[in-house]
Amino acid sequence: MTSLPRCLVGWGRFAKATCHLYRPERVKEVAHTLRQEEPNGFLPRGLGRAYGDAALNSEGGVILMERLDRFLAFDETTGVVRCEAGVSLADIIATFLPRGWFLPVTPGTKFCTIGACVACDVHGKNHHHDGSIGNFVRALTLLLPSGETVRCSRERNPDIFYATVGGMGLTGITLEVELQLRRVDTAWITVDYVRTRDLDETLRTFHERDEHYLYSVAWLDCVAQGKGFGRGVLMFGKHAQIDHLPAARRQNPFTIPRKREKTVPVDLPEFALNPLSLKAFNGVYYTTHPSREGVLVDYNTYFYPLDSILQWNRAYGKRGFVQWQCVLPYEKGMENLTRILETAQRRRAFPFLSVLKRMGESSGGILSFPMPGYTIALDFPVRNGLFEVLDELDKIVIEAGGRLYLAKDARMSAETFHATYPQLPRWQAVKAQVDPKGVLQSDMARRLRLMEAVK
Amino acid sequence: MRRVLIAGATSPLARYMAHEFARLGDTLFLAARDSDELERIASDVRVRFGATVHTGRFDAAAVEEHEAFLQDVIRTLGGLEGVVWVAGTMDGLAEAFRTPQAVKRLIDVNFTGAASLLTLAACYFEEQGEGFIAGISSVAGDRGRGQNYPYGAAKGGFSLFLQGLRNRLSKRGVQVTTIKPGFIDTRMTWGRDKLPFLASPQRVARESVQAILGGKDIAYVPAIWWLVMLVIRAIPERVFKRMNI
Repeated sequence: MTSLPRCLVGWGRFAKATCHLYRPERVKEVAHTLRQEEPNGFLPRGLGRAYGDAALNSEGGVILMERLDRFLAFDETTGVVRCEAGVSLADIIATFLPRGWFLPVTPGTKFCTIGACVACDVHGKNHHHDGSIGNFVRALTLLLPSGETVRCSRERNPDIFYATVGGMGLTGITLEVELQLRRVDTAWITVDYVRTRDLDETLRTFHERDEHYLYSVAWLDCVAQGKGFGRGVLMFGKHAQIDHLPAARRQNPFTIPRKREKTVPVDLPEFALNPLSLKAFNGVYYTTHPSREGVLVDYNTYFYPLDSILQWNRAYGKRGFVQWQCVLPYEKGMENLTRILETAQRRRAFPFLSVLKRMGESSGGILSFPMPGYTIALDFPVRNGLFEVLDELDKIVIEAGGRLYLAKDARMSAETFHATYPQLPRWQAVKAQVDPKGVLQSDMARRLRLMEAVK
Repeated sequence: MRRVLIAGATSPLARYMAHEFARLGDTLFLAARDSDELERIASDVRVRFGATVHTGRFDAAAVEEHEAFLQDVIRTLGGLEGVVWVAGTMDGLAEAFRTPQAVKRLIDVNFTGAASLLTLAACYFEEQGEGFIAGISSVAGDRGRGQNYPYGAAKGGFSLFLQGLRNRLSKRGVQVTTIKPGFIDTRMTWGRDKLPFLASPQRVARESVQAILGGKDIAYVPAIWWLVMLVIRAIPERVFKRMNI
């Protein structure tokens, strides 16, 4: 097995690491790769969309799973697909949407592998309704560092299953995933937009209307202060049925207009994103999105607005950006959200993009991020002093009994992690059983002391 | 609908060539040594395209089994319209500079195996009066280079073999296509830095199948390699022997 030394970055381009890349093309080669000498062990990697250091392994082996992307079985009547872990969401959509099946849960990009989605137990705009992707995973095939292959599900080896869903790729190399897809009639979403005046109205609208929609998410204007504080645009969506489509589209309900892909060819200079331009952007977005009902939007535009701008992460400049995403329990949720947004504003840390959504029950993944409450994601360009502000925000999350999302994180402290993931010892017990030598590692695992006893 | 045999079906190039044929509604017989991988690739083609895909174990180097193998393929498919030879290996290249066994192995798989199966296919198509044969050769077969000539010699031999076959069969309505890929982004090239015109296996597969179905005799894929090899072949031997390319 030849490894390729390469500098890898997280999607936010802040976390960087020199790793030894392996790219197996046959399933057997994965086990073979794990037998190579690597002082820092191995980590599987999908398409590199984790924002921080979750898919980095400095001076260690990184196993690119992208070539193991074969569909193994599909049941047309039940919509259950079995495939290799390297299959991308884009590939699943392209293959099954024309037959009337869509992803049961999707994050904000389709350029990620199903294996990585399980490892992060990703959620989407339907979390309040359906929970995270773990709920739709029927079974997993896992290769342990010992070379043993294990099938696991809720019934079979449940400990391994729940440690792997949300387990950040550290419990074994996921080789196969059995996933329940969702039946849809069209490739379109009918969206109701509601523009709100302040945070109170934003949260109230969520609570009043959420249960009537499969999908919901809110864009927040995080720059607005005073009266408009916490104003935003809520987007409620449902899969459109055939008769929602204009007559001309009913013949081919799964065909959507092709979008021209654009790219950000160079790193934008840092001054491109300053408090003034951020304010302008947020203001323009707010004014151009009035409340409207029943707007027909294709699935790409609704779920993956940023996918059409390739390498959009370069817009944040050379130093990159971090996305800070937390979940806050409903109890005192409004109060804690206000504290977070106010603290960021007071410290002049203005996020370029802020997204809010309500979460439902956890899938049961031991290290899964979601819990009932509000989740808010803030994109910050990396600037001097930013991390001090984020440390302050972390404190609010700890006090609130919430936590940060590992798929996004690049900088929280091990103490914060240990304080906010109380089930860690339970996960560590499974880890000790499936990977006693600690072969599977990552920069994130070392930074957060994932394998060390909680103090 | 054609019935097509792909020999050496577990490489990424072969897999994506299978995709291209299946997309057009063809029925496939995929053959290779690694039966676990073979089944995965076959399932993938079935799930994606709803194609009929058969599989069978095939060892390129075991020429004594080729006749029975081809008969089995024809029986299973109920006929045959095309054979695509993709099998090839560069494993053992480093040893092949020193040890006869390693040279033999490279030639057995890359040349003898190919010539063996395609001879049988040629006779079948000649009799039938229609069909196509396509062989994945390599730009490495266009000129002997110090870095890879044991492999290049086998591929060069294969190119000549296909050329002769084409000359023999063109009068009988049988198409023979020689595909000469440059560097493909697979395990063969993984870990080698800065390879020129490195192409994805998807692209090479797409252009190869286009060349086959377009009735091309010789196709460099990507096409830029035609120009590159034109220049490389034009270098006088006096000069070339001192060069390190």
